[in-house]
Amino acid sequence: MDNRKRWPLWEVFIRGKHGLSHKHVGSLHAADADMAIENARDVYTRRQEGISIWVVESKDIAASDPKLNDAMFEPAADKVYRHPTFYDLPDELKHI
Amino acid sequence: MNSKTEYILHLADNGLILAQRLGEWCGHGPVLEQDIALTNIALDVLGQARYFYQYAAEVDGQGKSEDDYAYLRGEREFKNFLLLEQPNGDWAHTIMRQFFYDNFMQLVYTKLLLSTDKQIAAIASKAIKEVNYHLKFSSEWVIRMGDGTEESHERVQNAANTLWEFTGELFVPTDYDNEMASQGIAPDVTSLKNEWENRVNEIFAEATLQVPQAIWFQSGGKTGVHSENLGLLLTDLQYLQRTYPGASW
Repeated sequence: MDNRKRWPLWEVFIRGKHGLSHKHVGSLHAADADMAIENARDVYTRRQEGISIWVVESKDIAASDPKLNDAMFEPAADKVYRHPTFYDLPDELKHI
Repeated sequence: MNSKTEYILHLADNGLILAQRLGEWCGHGPVLEQDIALTNIALDVLGQARYFYQYAAEVDGQGKSEDDYAYLRGEREFKNFLLLEQPNGDWAHTIMRQFFYDNFMQLVYTKLLLSTDKQIAAIASKAIKEVNYHLKFSSEWVIRMGDGTEESHERVQNAANTLWEFTGELFVPTDYDNEMASQGIAPDVTSLKNEWENRVNEIFAEATLQVPQAIWFQSGGKTGVHSENLGLLLTDLQYLQRTYPGASW
């Protein structure tokens, strides 16, 4: 690649099946969004992993600061009552 | 060998030889993503070839297997287009070869969906979805390179100029083509020429490429008269079965 312009990095999200949400599966390089979707199709859905693909340029994702993890996430650690684990759920309920 | 077997082998050989060429890119693609894209296409066309070889074996009735046709025939017995045995060259040559072929095969498979032969129609109905994607992929790359940088434009124009003389053969019917067309099993290949050219014109216009003008076209592949490239390709492809007959894993 040397003196040539590198293709930007894209993050790939795949929807496994209807009713599920798109999940981040990885990243790849592509010149534009169309190519990113085709590359994602070839790299991430060869084994029938999905029925829908989203791509977004990695630079467009805003991320939390790992240095602030204590302040961001620690306070939730001791609030066990927020987990709905005290309900009996029927077996038929999935994806909850 | 009857005409129908010959025709089915022609379709199968196209897939096998193109798959072998595309497979040569495995591990050598310009980037990982395109490396995988090409090998995916290779596996699609190899899959199509296998269906056709299996069906050819049945129609031929000589008790042969798909492997016998792929690994144990000499180059004069192969009926693939000369276009497909041409070396990969650079990325532009590989893409241009693919575009010319995808463009043609999408037209062929669309007609084969209506074949009076149910097995051929069934294979076509699976293959058409794959080819639709291949054509989208190769067309976009032709446009991307043609309308890209000065270097990419020059390379893809060179590829078109080099490969153009092998496209005439797509529309030259052989005896088995004519026989299949008369039975409604396969389309009359001459009838596909206009639409094929229209699509080339359309994509080349968008890619800012010049459609080459050939004064003479190569032909012969469909009846077993090949360029020197096929023998070398088969040496690689058939080496294992020739050296260790019956080897399997």
